[in-house]
Amino acid sequence: MDAVIAGIGHTEYSKNSGRSTLQLAAEASRAAIADAGLTPADIDGSVTFQLDRNDELAVTRCLGIPVLRFSSRTRGGGGGACATIQHAAAAVESGRARAVLIWRAFNERSRHRFGQPNPRGPDPTWDFYLPFGLDTPAKIYGLQFQRYMYRYGLTNADFGLYTVVARQYAATNPDAWFYKRPITLEDHQASRWIVEPLLRLLDCCQESDGGVALVVTSADRARDLPHRAARIAAASASHLVGGDEMFNFYHPDLTTFTEGAALAGQLWAESGYGPWDMDVALIYENFSPIVFMQLEAFGWCGPGEARDFIASGAIGPGGRMPVNTNGGLLGEGYIHGMNNIVEAVRQLRGTAANQVAGAERVLVTAGRSGLILEGSP
Amino acid sequence: MPAVVAPVTDDDNRFFWQGVQEGRLLLQRCSGCGELRHPPGPMCPSCLSLDWEAEEASGRGTVYSWVLSHHPTEPDAEPRIVVLVDLEEGVRLVANLQGVAPSDVVNDLPVEVFFAPVDGVVLPQFRPRPA
Repeated sequence: MDAVIAGIGHTEYSKNSGRSTLQLAAEASRAAIADAGLTPADIDGSVTFQLDRNDELAVTRCLGIPVLRFSSRTRGGGGGACATIQHAAAAVESGRARAVLIWRAFNERSRHRFGQPNPRGPDPTWDFYLPFGLDTPAKIYGLQFQRYMYRYGLTNADFGLYTVVARQYAATNPDAWFYKRPITLEDHQASRWIVEPLLRLLDCCQESDGGVALVVTSADRARDLPHRAARIAAASASHLVGGDEMFNFYHPDLTTFTEGAALAGQLWAESGYGPWDMDVALIYENFSPIVFMQLEAFGWCGPGEARDFIASGAIGPGGRMPVNTNGGLLGEGYIHGMNNIVEAVRQLRGTAANQVAGAERVLVTAGRSGLILEGSP
Repeated sequence: MPAVVAPVTDDDNRFFWQGVQEGRLLLQRCSGCGELRHPPGPMCPSCLSLDWEAEEASGRGTVYSWVLSHHPTEPDAEPRIVVLVDLEEGVRLVANLQGVAPSDVVNDLPVEVFFAPVDGVVLPQFRPRPA
């Protein structure tokens, strides 16, 4: 691939932004365009989420972007976070756009909270879930995690091993909502149940207000820009037959993350890299158990081995495979996975709060989409 | 108990919910290749046939996985147990489990279907059965 991420921008990550989602999108976008060393007139493409409530023309009007030649949206919710990069790269590499602005902005804590019961699903198959009380992401994913937990004899305290690491990273990241607030496993075990018998409050990602924006352009163009560009070595998505909106219930074995394993294969094939070529991994974690299943799906450890892998210190500071060095979606904030892409770019620039020395290749996953970034020469 | 969101029927799933009203658990069997499928859909993903028949399931299965459905912020009088049931026919579906305390639920528990109003909405429910 020839496309790069040249600019990153974000607002603060809070629980009550006090302003419109359009303003959050505009602020993050303004920051990303400036970070890339470009002006709004250089932007001619856009990508956001299917779920984003800011219309393309509203955002371009804020920024004074004169002409939008290309626009697209990625399917689903956070699972499409990394697919935004795939869309933008496809547009740049095909010549459909020269510089693509990506944004995601919401007031997901102060207004529409994802953690509250869903009154109505987006698609008719939800009629086979909602009437039975399966009305929040925690419960939906919980049915899969429970079988994983049973299969490998885990308890909720095992999942807390991840949260402790995420909060350790967040504690030293000034952008993180939980900056300077590390926790112990005892704190995790004292937090209230969200979904028995597997998820406590501290297993769940935050609900956050905020906006993130990125600028994707060609490597040629980026050569003259101010920051080291993050080359997109691979970007792909994996939506498999048998999956449903958020429900992967119809794969025979729910103790493996089938979509994640398929995605891993696509990313390794596209980039020519393997799991241990990565210096940092940013793993989308709506809930702590999904980290376990992705560590296994991407091949850093075998089926059922994630608990011991995490307990060994492998994903923490100084570990063999640092994961979610910003504190992740549990520790830093939940901007639908997009803040993890910002962290990946920072690691390659050498400007992350918890910098991994000499980081040259970073994996970012978002469940059903993912990407590999590497430093430009 | 949380207020139940009633199903909205459409052309593709009406047979299922009508069956529930009649106390029958119906599955779709493809007339082209004979494959069973759930949740319902207009086309067979294996042979692309549009022809299918509704077939009554035995109603017997086992609990593949389960969670206790609390409201995330408001206390529930009686949280429901949500289960993934593997039916004997080889089809998996979401339902509720009754007649067993949450502390006694185990994976692979043998269960059988029954039909009961939950908060005024008739739904397929499962209860333990002798193995």
